[in-house]
Amino acid sequence: MLTDILSTAFMQRALIAAVLVGITAPAIGIYLVQRRQSLMGDGIGHVAMTGVGLGFLMQTSPVWTATVVAIAGAVIMELIRWYGKTRGDIALAMLFYGGMAGGVLLINLAPTGSNANLSSYLFGSLSTVSQEDVTAIVLLAAFVVAVTIGLRRQLFAVSQDEEFARVTGLPVRALNLLVAVTAAVTVTVAMRVVGLLLVSALMVVPVAAAQQISRSFTVTFVLAVAVGTVVTLAGTVASYQYDVPPGATIVLLAIAVFVALTLLATPLARRRARAGHSKGQDNAVAPVAAKV
Amino acid sequence: MHNDAVISLSAATAVLGSRPVLRGIDLAVQRGEVVALLGANGSGKSTAVRSVIGQVPLTGGSVELFGTPLKRFKQWARVGYVPQRTTAAGGVPATIREVVSSGRLSRTRLGLMSKTDKAAVEKAIALVGLADRAKDSVSALSGGQHQRVLIARALASEPELLIMDEPMAGVDLASQEILAATLREQVAAGVSVLLVLHELGPLEPLIDRTVVLRDGLVTYDGPVTAGEALPGHDPHHLTKEDCHPHAAPAAASPVPTGLLT
Repeated sequence: MLTDILSTAFMQRALIAAVLVGITAPAIGIYLVQRRQSLMGDGIGHVAMTGVGLGFLMQTSPVWTATVVAIAGAVIMELIRWYGKTRGDIALAMLFYGGMAGGVLLINLAPTGSNANLSSYLFGSLSTVSQEDVTAIVLLAAFVVAVTIGLRRQLFAVSQDEEFARVTGLPVRALNLLVAVTAAVTVTVAMRVVGLLLVSALMVVPVAAAQQISRSFTVTFVLAVAVGTVVTLAGTVASYQYDVPPGATIVLLAIAVFVALTLLATPLARRRARAGHSKGQDNAVAPVAAKV
Repeated sequence: MHNDAVISLSAATAVLGSRPVLRGIDLAVQRGEVVALLGANGSGKSTAVRSVIGQVPLTGGSVELFGTPLKRFKQWARVGYVPQRTTAAGGVPATIREVVSSGRLSRTRLGLMSKTDKAAVEKAIALVGLADRAKDSVSALSGGQHQRVLIARALASEPELLIMDEPMAGVDLASQEILAATLREQVAAGVSVLLVLHELGPLEPLIDRTVVLRDGLVTYDGPVTAGEALPGHDPHHLTKEDCHPHAAPAAASPVPTGLLT
């Protein structure tokens, strides 16, 4: 069965794309969750639809036009966050729905476009992943991995406590923009596999699942990427075997892992609480006695 | 005298929304000095501290850190900042060591952590008495322990100046004593301190000078006098509006900028 899958050219491309999505989406998603901006990926996904429509209209690869438009949208969202005095949520709503409406309109204006084409970008469609798409996905994924791992300490600090990070002299605005741009790039990496409407789920759910059983950021990161990779691979294979849509399958699998780890976490947390309690008590008393 | 100031805020004005919060204050901290900034809620003490580190832009006046205008100041490793927080946790689990490590970024910037950097982080964690819990998640800590983590994070860069915004808020007695002991060591080692406090509490013996703010103006700048007069109580130079109802009414009237220094 596996050799059967691997010998098909389109499945090879699909699996490469799936693994890269499984790695990159949680890798950037963890910083969005840390900043409590879990839904940012969803917003970028909506904006990217205009980019897809633009690609059809210009008859070029929608991956690249979506990347450009998603980056522009993410940068605007970040600017709204800085300068937005009142009703930033309204401005964001305009951006989201404007992006979605723009996509639908543009794709219908395009000579080769139809809502059926759009649908493959909205919900993912592995069978239509071209060689050109794979090249683009590999390049974009390399960028995402380089940023999220190479700058993890800096991004951690900025996402944990922005005010403090500024006082360490880090270029906080540049790093925030980098997170926004990287998230936008990830959205377009993931768009062919899980689709624009479900991409945010893959940024958030593996992280949420991982943090049920981890205590540190590093472990959460590694575990989230592992969960992401496993569910995208399993979902892709399942999609081929049972002819089910890949995006929906992957997301439901991720949610299943979340539920499983949550159930596992309760007894684990209880045991840790017991261990931590005795340790905590020692700790509260000892230094006072020593120093005061 | 001015040359030896680690912090120098002069004729500072700032606005939040459309409300003037600082109406022209002078505030200097000399090398090795421990200055407490006191005042009621809304008096502008937090804004004053946040303007010193550039979080709140001034609409007038100037700030200097170590004799350098804030705009040109780059040596952030010399400053340890403890923001006003009730928690050290973010949206994702993180250990005490991970959070404290980010305090070292002012030295490592975009580079990697060396052995020296890692040792400094461990030392900072030990200073606040959390060495045996370094691997624990910060979300499992009590309020006082959160504050200790935030202070360890500020100490990780081995700063010459500590700026703390209400470090004792929500801190249990045991943690207050540990924080006081930590601060005592830092002061003994020559570190200068500017801290916002609601009341002097266990830190009182450490404090060289208090500055009292009211409605965005300095109403008192001088030695801690309350210690002798009213042991265990708030300083008598705070008025009813400034602090507690039972405080003695010996307040100076608000002094506009420039007249104190």
